[in-house]
Amino acid sequence: MSKKQKKMLVRIITAAVILIALYFIPVTGILRFALYLIPYFIIGYDILLKAAKGIKNRQIFDENFLMAIATIGAIALAVYDQSGDYTEAIAVMLFYQVGEWFQSYAVGKSRRNISDLMDIRPDYANIERDGKLEKVDPDEVEIGSVIVVQPGEKVPIDGVVMEGLSSLNTSALTGESLPRDVKDGDEVISGCINMTGVLKIRTTKEFGESTVSKILDLVENASSRKSKSEDFISKFAQIYTPAVCIAALALAILPPLVRMIVLGLTAQWHVWIYRALTFLVISCPCALVISIPLSFFAGIGGASKAGVLVKGSNYLETLSQTKIVVFDKTGTLTQGVFEVNGIHHNELENEKLVEYAALAESASSHPISKSLQRAYGKPLDRSRVTDIQEISGNGVIAKVDGVEVAAGNDKLMNRLGISYIPCHSVGTIIHMAIRGQYAGHIVISDVIKPRAQEAIHALKEAGVKKTVMLTGDTRKVADQVAKTLGLDEVYSELLPAGKVEKVETLLKQKPEKEKLAFVGDGINDAPVLSRADIGIAMGAMGSDAAIEAADVVLMDDDPMKISKAIRISRKCLRIVYQNIVFAIGIKLICLALGAFGIANMWVAIFADVGVMILAVLNAIRALFVKNL
Amino acid sequence: MKKTYKIEVDCANCANKMEDAARRTHGVKNAVVNFMTLKMNVEFDEGQDPKAVMQEVRKNCKRVEDDCEIYL
Repeated sequence: MSKKQKKMLVRIITAAVILIALYFIPVTGILRFALYLIPYFIIGYDILLKAAKGIKNRQIFDENFLMAIATIGAIALAVYDQSGDYTEAIAVMLFYQVGEWFQSYAVGKSRRNISDLMDIRPDYANIERDGKLEKVDPDEVEIGSVIVVQPGEKVPIDGVVMEGLSSLNTSALTGESLPRDVKDGDEVISGCINMTGVLKIRTTKEFGESTVSKILDLVENASSRKSKSEDFISKFAQIYTPAVCIAALALAILPPLVRMIVLGLTAQWHVWIYRALTFLVISCPCALVISIPLSFFAGIGGASKAGVLVKGSNYLETLSQTKIVVFDKTGTLTQGVFEVNGIHHNELENEKLVEYAALAESASSHPISKSLQRAYGKPLDRSRVTDIQEISGNGVIAKVDGVEVAAGNDKLMNRLGISYIPCHSVGTIIHMAIRGQYAGHIVISDVIKPRAQEAIHALKEAGVKKTVMLTGDTRKVADQVAKTLGLDEVYSELLPAGKVEKVETLLKQKPEKEKLAFVGDGINDAPVLSRADIGIAMGAMGSDAAIEAADVVLMDDDPMKISKAIRISRKCLRIVYQNIVFAIGIKLICLALGAFGIANMWVAIFADVGVMILAVLNAIRALFVKNL
Repeated sequence: MKKTYKIEVDCANCANKMEDAARRTHGVKNAVVNFMTLKMNVEFDEGQDPKAVMQEVRKNCKRVEDDCEIYL
């Protein structure tokens, strides 16, 4: 509780106690009036002051004004009727303040909750100086400095491990509880918690450019981008309050005049004024104005807890309307890591063939040669390779241990005039020829992510109508992946510009209300990410380009997170609509009841304060996303 | 140029009013008030001095919502 809240609580309790005490004191007349004014001023002086200032500053139609008019009016009626019933007016003020207090408490609480969730900001970095550790501000650490991270501490800045072995807890960043093992030479990302061993890290970025700063910046600014629902509510509030005030005025004046002049009855001024005052109490738009942004804020907070960063309320809204999901294949559905998947028709031992291939390709930095090296598994002795001749688009011819080796595609074999056996497997085929003799081929292919199929299924369950895959890969590969995963459409052999065109065509085909999401790994698909209704980048830990280009960032590369993100957004939007309908609905009903004199001041207080408290509690539900 | 300021305000409606007031201030290109994080992002017009403009923004905000504060 803040100081302000404590002070307010004391005022509320004091006023309530005095009010109850006065109920048992039988005084009448002017003394009674004076006594009742004490709790009224205790609880309402600030409202009255604000209302007066509002009038001075020509900001008339605010809730302070409404409350001041309603309560003063109710007291005036009590004096006029000589009923001595001042309780109602004071209770209105009292409950209004209780509501305000609760709102400020709930908002403060969820504000803290969410900042706790995102409690990844490191407070210091350890730098070794003269054999002693010194704590410094992470902002002051220069690129290339060596920092020491002890077990239990957060990694403050992105860098590379120089010394030490440890496991890192990345759950604050990714929502993933499985620890990640690191050893020297591995890159580490700020925001992870070091669990077991001491790590010496050479920093590769400044603190401000490090992952943790970027993420914090993103999340803190997220709710600044307002959604349509929020805009609707601010516009609604602007029209609604003056409209209700005018309606109240009309209710106070017109019916009595009609009764007097047209019907020839008594005017019953006090009845209609009372109803008009009830109107004013009901009219306060607080429930709406507070609960909608709060729902979005909680939704974004809950999502970041699950490793899904949403850049704004508007994106959360769009995400919830997603009906078409377009994937980039590599790095999204497949791991983007090529592996040797088969060796066919070879004349030598498999190991020997891979060894020759790896050595022959050792000078190349192509992913294919990397995967050959991985399959070989031993360090390459480059001195065994001579006379390397790279034929672009075909392959390599080289001498390994003095033996002539040719490794490449069918074009290379044709060029060398060697007859080869074509392969039926899907992937990249490397034909091998040793001493001019065909020696079989090696199949290298990308590996589908373990949970990709499950993820596509989960998307369908979450209400996505169409899944599409775009890839620059060959048709054969693309069709096979699409079939395995159960995707609806696939477009292959696309250049990066072709992907943008395809997305544009898909955007044109779909109805306006159904949104299209593009999922990529953030590497060279930035144009498509920004062209789609909503761009989702995955596996973004450490990739600045992806964080910048996308609207939604999945911190790890688990494709299951896509459907989770959609579910989170749906839940949040559901809560938003519930609150809009609930708050406006109850208010309209109470306004109608108030106009016909069925609802009194007490119902009005419920319509105002009660609805707001319920709406705020409902909004906080958006924070809980674990079981989605 | 864009700058972020910490603010203090009690209710969401008041935050909306502050946003409106800030936007209408001369020299402000756009302003967004985030009630949940209690921050105000102000984008200034070209060639304006943020300090001088913010004094005006603060004055205008105080006029619509007496109980608010902008930490400059």
